Amino acid sequence: MAKAAELPLTDAARADARRLRVHGSSWLWVGGGVAFALAALLTGIVVGPAPIGIGAIVESAASNIPFLGLHSHLSASDSAIVWQLRLPRVVLGLLVGAMLSCAGATYQGVFRNPLVDPYLLGVAAGAGLGATLMIAYAPGQAFNGDLLPLAAFAGGCGAVVITYAIGRSSRGTATLVLAGVTVTAFLTAIQTFVQQQHTDTLQAVYSWILGSLDTAGWHDVLLLLPYAGVSAVVLLLHRRVLDVMTLGDEEATALGLNVGRIRVLLVAAATLGTAGAVAVSGLIGFLGIIVPHFVRLVAGSSYRIVLPLSILVGGGFLAFTDVLARTILSPAELPIGVVTAFFGAPFFAVVLRTARGVGP
Amino acid sequence: MTALALRSLSVRLDGSLILDSVDGCVEAGEWVTVIGPNGAGKSTLLRAVAGLVPRLGAVEIAGHTELGRRELARRVALVPQSPALPPAMTVAEYVLLGRTPHLGYFAREGLHDLEIADAALARLDLVELAGRRLGTLSGGEQQRAVLARALAQQAPILLLDEPTNALDVGRGQQALELVDALRREAGLTVLAAMHDLTLAGQYADRLLLLDRGRVVAAGGADDVLTDELIRRHYGASVRVLHDEDGRLVVVPTRRS
Repeated sequence: MAKAAELPLTDAARADARRLRVHGSSWLWVGGGVAFALAALLTGIVVGPAPIGIGAIVESAASNIPFLGLHSHLSASDSAIVWQLRLPRVVLGLLVGAMLSCAGATYQGVFRNPLVDPYLLGVAAGAGLGATLMIAYAPGQAFNGDLLPLAAFAGGCGAVVITYAIGRSSRGTATLVLAGVTVTAFLTAIQTFVQQQHTDTLQAVYSWILGSLDTAGWHDVLLLLPYAGVSAVVLLLHRRVLDVMTLGDEEATALGLNVGRIRVLLVAAATLGTAGAVAVSGLIGFLGIIVPHFVRLVAGSSYRIVLPLSILVGGGFLAFTDVLARTILSPAELPIGVVTAFFGAPFFAVVLRTARGVGP
Repeated sequence: MTALALRSLSVRLDGSLILDSVDGCVEAGEWVTVIGPNGAGKSTLLRAVAGLVPRLGAVEIAGHTELGRRELARRVALVPQSPALPPAMTVAEYVLLGRTPHLGYFAREGLHDLEIADAALARLDLVELAGRRLGTLSGGEQQRAVLARALAQQAPILLLDEPTNALDVGRGQQALELVDALRREAGLTVLAAMHDLTLAGQYADRLLLLDRGRVVAAGGADDVLTDELIRRHYGASVRVLHDEDGRLVVVPTRRS
C-alpha cells in the first residue's frame, strides 16, 4: 500500500503549530457576543411603561434561589409584568433573532452566495400562505390557539419540500435557487388572491406579515424552543464542514465530503428553525442577511466563529430592536419587521457596496 | 509498485463519451503528465480518478478499486485548474481544510493536524502569509496556498490540473519545480494534465497523449513529442528540438 506523503516535522514547526489555532481570538468574540445578548436581555426586562428598577428585578430573581433567604419586593402586578410579559417576549426575541441569523449564515454558506437569506427556498411565502389561509378561513380560532403558528410552520416547511422536489439536480445549486424563486412566486400569488378575496382580514394578515413579538408569552417560547434547539445544534455541529463547503461542491467532494447529503441536512435544519421562528413571530426581514455579514466584517469569515456569533448577535439585535418597536410610539407598537428593515436596509446597502471582500 | 492503475476507464457526460476505455498506470513516485488537444478528456481523466464524475471501468489506487469518498481523499489530493479561493479566508484556515479527510465528521483539528498544516505552510514559504486573506495574495502565492492545502491532505497521489495555467512563465516554472521537489521529498506520485508541451516533456517521467477520449500514445517525451504525432492530434505545425542538455523543446512554427 502506498504510504501517505509526509514531510519531516521540525521541532520549530511543532512549536509553531499551536499558533495556527486559527481562532485564538474567537473566545473574545464569543464573550463579546454573550455580553451583547445579556445586555439586550436586561434592557428588554427593564424598559417599559411601568418603571421597575433593575435592582428589584435581580432581587426578585434571586428570591427564587433556595437557601439565600432573599425576599422579592416586587408587587404581584410588577412581578407578572417582568416574568410573564417582558421576559418571555425578550427570550422569544433572542430565540427568533438567533435562529434567523444562524439560518441565514448557513444558507449563505450552503449556496455560496453572500446575498441569500433563510427565506430563499420559499419558507416565507409558504408560511405567509399558511397563515393567510388560517386567518381567512378560521378567524375565530386562529388567534387564540396554536393553529396560526402551526399553519405557518406547515406552510413554510411544505414550500421548501416542494422547492427541493422541483429543484433537486446534480447541476449545482442554481436550479434549486430558481425553484425557490418559482415556488415563492406561485405561493405569493395564491396568498395575495386569498387576501383579496377576504378583505375583512387584510389588517390581520398584514400585521402578521410585518412580524411581531407582540403576542409573545411563554407559550410561544415553548413552541419554538425544540425546533430552534435542534436546528441550532445541528448547524453548530457543522460549522467546520460549512467552511469546507465554501470551496464548492467538487473540491468539498474531493476532500471526502458527501456534499449532497450535507446540503439536504443543513437546509432541512435551517428551514426547521426558520419555519419555527416565522410561525411565532411572522416575517422579520433582513436579519438573516445583515447579522452574518456584520459578524464576517468584524470577526472573519470562518463559520466556526460566524455561526455562534450570529446566534448571539442576531438574538441580541432582535431583542434590542423589539425594545425600540414597543417604545418609539408607546403605547402603540411598531411592527418589528419595520424596525429591523429600517435599520437593516441602510446597513445592507453598505454591505452590497463592500461585498467583494466579504466571502460567503 | 503501481500507485495508480486505470483499467478500461470510460466516462460519459450528458450522453457524450468523454473518455473511451483508457488504460494506463502510474508507478509510485513517478510523474505522469496527460497531454492532448482541447476537449481530449484530460481534466475529465483527473476528475474520474478523484471520484468526481460517474465512470465505467476501474481506477485502482494502491491495489484498491472501491474506495469510499473519505478513504479516496486520504490517498488522492486534487489541485483543480481554477480552485475556489474564498477571498476572506486566511491562508492558515485554507491550508487546514486539507485535513478534512483525516478528521471525524464533527471533529476539530488536533495538535497533530496543526503541525502538519504548519509544516506544509513552512515548506511552501507561506508562514509569513499564514494570517493573510486569500483575496489579497498574488497569483503565485495563491498557487502555493493551494499546493500547501494539497500537501496537508497527506495523500500519496497528487493530481494537478493545468498547474501553470494562470501563472506567468517564471511563476509557472517555480510551481513545477516545487512540485518536483515535493515529489522527491515526500515521495509523492504525480498525475498532471498540461497544455504546455515543452514543460510537460521536461518535468514528467512519462507522457500520456489523449485525443477524443482515447490514449493515442504513451511513453517517454522522446516517444510522444514527435512532429508527426503533434501534427496529427493537435493539427499543429511544430519543430521538436533538443536543448544543450538534451531536453526536448517544442516550438510552434508558422505554416505558410
